[in-house]
Amino acid sequence: MAKTMQCHVVSAEESLYSGEVQMVIAAGDLGDLGITPGHAPLITTLKPGPVRLVFEDGSDELFYVSGGFLEVVPTQVTLLADTAERADNLDESAALQAQEEVKRLLAEQQADFDYSRAAVELAEAVARIRVIEQLRKRRA
Amino acid sequence: MAVGKEIRNQIGSIKNTQKITSAMQLVAASKMRKAQERMGSTRPYADRILDVIGHLAHANPEYNHLYLEEREVKRVGYIIVSTDRGLCGGLNANLFKQAVAAMGEQHGRGVEVDLAVIGSKALGFFRSFGGNVVATAGNVGDQPTVADLIGSVKVMMDAYESGRIDRLYVVYNQFVNTMTQKPNVQQLLPLPKETGSTEQLGMNGHWDYIYEPDAAAVLNALLIRYIESLVYQSVVENLACEQAARMVAMKAATDNAGQLMDELALIYNKARQAAITQEISEIVGGAAAL
Repeated sequence: MAKTMQCHVVSAEESLYSGEVQMVIAAGDLGDLGITPGHAPLITTLKPGPVRLVFEDGSDELFYVSGGFLEVVPTQVTLLADTAERADNLDESAALQAQEEVKRLLAEQQADFDYSRAAVELAEAVARIRVIEQLRKRRA
Repeated sequence: MAVGKEIRNQIGSIKNTQKITSAMQLVAASKMRKAQERMGSTRPYADRILDVIGHLAHANPEYNHLYLEEREVKRVGYIIVSTDRGLCGGLNANLFKQAVAAMGEQHGRGVEVDLAVIGSKALGFFRSFGGNVVATAGNVGDQPTVADLIGSVKVMMDAYESGRIDRLYVVYNQFVNTMTQKPNVQQLLPLPKETGSTEQLGMNGHWDYIYEPDAAAVLNALLIRYIESLVYQSVVENLACEQAARMVAMKAATDNAGQLMDELALIYNKARQAAITQEISEIVGGAAAL
């Protein structure tokens, strides 16, 4: 069995990674997924959350995606993100601020308040913070 | 000296026109770079989603989505992507020629055609040419967003879902390089099956994906995203084509103006010289008569 597989991570704006990986870990709609070479064909939607790529040499990189699709065929993984960022580029204070802001809106609930939109924004902010925390934990 | 007055005026006005065309050339060149960057940055997504859809078309889904089904063709839809402004050479004309040829072929087979047009040039053309235009989107500007286009695309997708049209194509200019833009007709729906093969991926025969959360939801979301991304990509690509074509057209216009000015300057000098010669010979003739 091959040790690595092709992996492509693209967002609507750019291509973030394209090459060989050992494992892909992503937050699927029904729970977290770890994909290794030889995985059965799979298509899933993604929740806002972290995506971790483990490269050939064992090093890894963390991304944040705001949602999208993951396609798996035995030798290739394709991740189509709506928007994606490298974890290093995430701004923690901005994420925390966004979370506070949405929570405040949820608490106030004014007339023109769009509940589903706020819920999505909250989920994204929380996911961002989760990615940042994961990154920090690994560095420590 | 009255003789050269008209020619001098003409040279002056050509010079002004040349200033305008060379300015437009420079503007188009800088816009083209930006448009090309935008095209390059959205292309990976479009390519990847095309791959995924290509695999999907080879799978044997338990759930047969409307977009994957071939139907008997009675009426087809075309989404025509054109520019908003003119002065870009034969870009739109070539595109419309291609579109009209494709539509003629459909008519020949007794198939009716619906049109959705993006860009005011296509709207103007098909209004005078004739054609059943069911949706339009104009003035998308230099930085189109998916939201600008979604309306007219939605009309076509609804028509497809309700069974009014049985096939959907998109017609746009493909950016080959700065000098070459190729009009292209691409089938959007139902999904064309010929894209790629899955055998090199280690799968052949009868297979299907595992779908999470379920086939209907995933396929629906994925296919809609696919159509959006393709239409968006074609609009962005058409924009890069527009700027490239305009740059080339304006360069040609500037060069032609220069040539014209040289020719006129020659005629002007000849006329001036002839007038001077005539004057001298008149004076000499007059002096000799005394």
